[in-house]
Amino acid sequence: MSVSRALRRGRPELYTDYAADQAIWNTPAKRASTAVIVLAAFAMPFLLQRDLLTLLTLVAVYAIGGIGLNLVSGYAGQVSLGHAFFLGLGAYTAAFLGGFGTGSVRGLELDMLVWLPVSGLVPAVVGFVVAPVAARVRGLYLAILTLGVLFVGEHVFKEARSFTGGAGVGRASAEPILFGVDLYERRTVLGFELDGTVNLYLLCLVALIVLAVLARNLARSRYGRAFSAVRDRDIAAEIMGVSLLRTKTLAFTVSSFYAGIAGALLSVVLGQVTPEKWNLLLSIDFLAVVLLGGVATITGPIIGAAFVVLLPRVVEGVAPYVPFVSQTIGGAGIVNVFQLQTMLFGALIIVFLIVEPRGLFGIWLRVRNYFKAWPFSY
Amino acid sequence: MEELVGAIVRGIGIGSTYALLAVGFVIIYRATEVINFAQPALMILGAYFTALFATRIGWPFPVAVLAAMLATAAVGALTERIALRPMVGQPPFSAAVVTVGVFIVLFVVANRLIGQDVLTVGDPWGLERMDLLGVSVFRVDVAKVVLSMAAIVGVSVFLKYARAGLAMRATSLDQETALAQGIDVGRMFGLAWSLSALLAGLAGMLIGTGAGGVDTTTALVALKALPVIILGGLDSIRGSVIAGLVIGTAESLTRAYAADVAPVLGANFDVVVPYAIMILVLMVRPYGLFGTPEVQRV
Repeated sequence: MSVSRALRRGRPELYTDYAADQAIWNTPAKRASTAVIVLAAFAMPFLLQRDLLTLLTLVAVYAIGGIGLNLVSGYAGQVSLGHAFFLGLGAYTAAFLGGFGTGSVRGLELDMLVWLPVSGLVPAVVGFVVAPVAARVRGLYLAILTLGVLFVGEHVFKEARSFTGGAGVGRASAEPILFGVDLYERRTVLGFELDGTVNLYLLCLVALIVLAVLARNLARSRYGRAFSAVRDRDIAAEIMGVSLLRTKTLAFTVSSFYAGIAGALLSVVLGQVTPEKWNLLLSIDFLAVVLLGGVATITGPIIGAAFVVLLPRVVEGVAPYVPFVSQTIGGAGIVNVFQLQTMLFGALIIVFLIVEPRGLFGIWLRVRNYFKAWPFSY
Repeated sequence: MEELVGAIVRGIGIGSTYALLAVGFVIIYRATEVINFAQPALMILGAYFTALFATRIGWPFPVAVLAAMLATAAVGALTERIALRPMVGQPPFSAAVVTVGVFIVLFVVANRLIGQDVLTVGDPWGLERMDLLGVSVFRVDVAKVVLSMAAIVGVSVFLKYARAGLAMRATSLDQETALAQGIDVGRMFGLAWSLSALLAGLAGMLIGTGAGGVDTTTALVALKALPVIILGGLDSIRGSVIAGLVIGTAESLTRAYAADVAPVLGANFDVVVPYAIMILVLMVRPYGLFGTPEVQRV
């Protein structure tokens, strides 16, 4: 039942069927802007310096993990402080399957085609097993239960030496060899020179795009609506025939899958993974990605990830011009750069939750709506 | 036998400190339905203030402890006014995350104040032993139990009999009704935070006594109060005390015996014992041992 082009002109929100209304890119402006952003993202390797590109790779990885956390905490309302544990699980699964075996750690040296999906599946299975326990408790009890899972998990990581290298030591990450091609090798494809940094960035970018579209599709399906129903009023949802156990289990499983993929990629970007990496602070990082970006959105965590990853870099750049900040640990000045970074991070969490609970995505919505309604202010 | 008794006494000593911290969590939870993740940072600030007053300035120890508790309480009240008061009416989880932000900020402040040093709080107990019912125990463990329990009883009596305590309990039952009865609800929130920070300050001093001393990683000890409050139930002071003692003892016994009895658990398993116990109990009782099940209306 399509409407003629002449009729649609100037009416971007004219929908004549539900499918068009529920589409991911339901307006021409969204289609165009998404295309531009994706193209710009693919052009980045040829515009940026290597260290900035690595940061962007981290942004993509954090965004994947953030989207995963947002599925379970933002959409389904099941707060998880244990996200870092599932990232770690993914990282070590990847390192075990795709890494080199040495005298102290085991490794199977498999292709990325194997280790990347499996490093998502293993955490997903663990999430599936943990979910029925987590589904029994609600609210802040759940937050602390997942915190417990995190601490127990960290202990397991420290003890499982043949897989993780043990406390304080860690092990090398998986080797990014896709279809037998080592991504670290420098080569020229279609006239573009690609080296390890670029390849890794493109890999993470593609993974982010695929997983983000998948998550968006999940969120607008009946399962996504069940997530929101459980979050908003679980008893009412149950009365309407939404199975709480099944919905929460699905949310935890999918979220853990995302976390596993993010963990595997993160370990490859970092190169070396120690059991101490997957601690409460990393979970808080992801909480910040979701909260600063935008709860229950897919775009939000991507913006939030950019913010969380790039903030320290920006602080580093600005710090020399601020008088009371010292550049080194133990230097003169009231605080050093690292303390300032951490403090700003904490302060921003507070400020955002008080001033704009919808996060950066909420600010974007306000800007957009202002111009949409322009020249009227409502 | 001697080893067993020693482990139990140490466990009760550390457990009563956990109980003290947990009661701080419970007071804030009952008043505002928020878990205060900033408690570890407040605790370490309390330890810092004690060290500052007692060893650097040189006040008598009891005076220094009281002053440190009051200083921590002031920080707590200030935090509530700046960061938490605007969150009234927001979902509890958002407010809880605000306290995570507060934790990060206060923790950096504490790091900056303490630096690389290990502080000693200047307590008079040191590593001395004393004779208790024929068993030789560390005086510091006895001091932990006595001071913690005294503080908890004091707070309970305050909540039960004092006018402000009654107002606080009314606020936690129903904020709007309390407001209608002429209670300044905002001030009650501030009072809850001050009381909680007061206890955290004392706990910080107790953690820093004996062989330990305080450095920046000490703050993580306070995170063990989280399984304690969950085990005891988020809104039960009695539950906090019992759970604190149970978890403290379990941890201490694990530290003493795990390496011999069950080496499969690995080194430092005592660190995760509180969480393991909590997870097991939550599987059976989703609101802890003494927590009130949440009544939900559609």
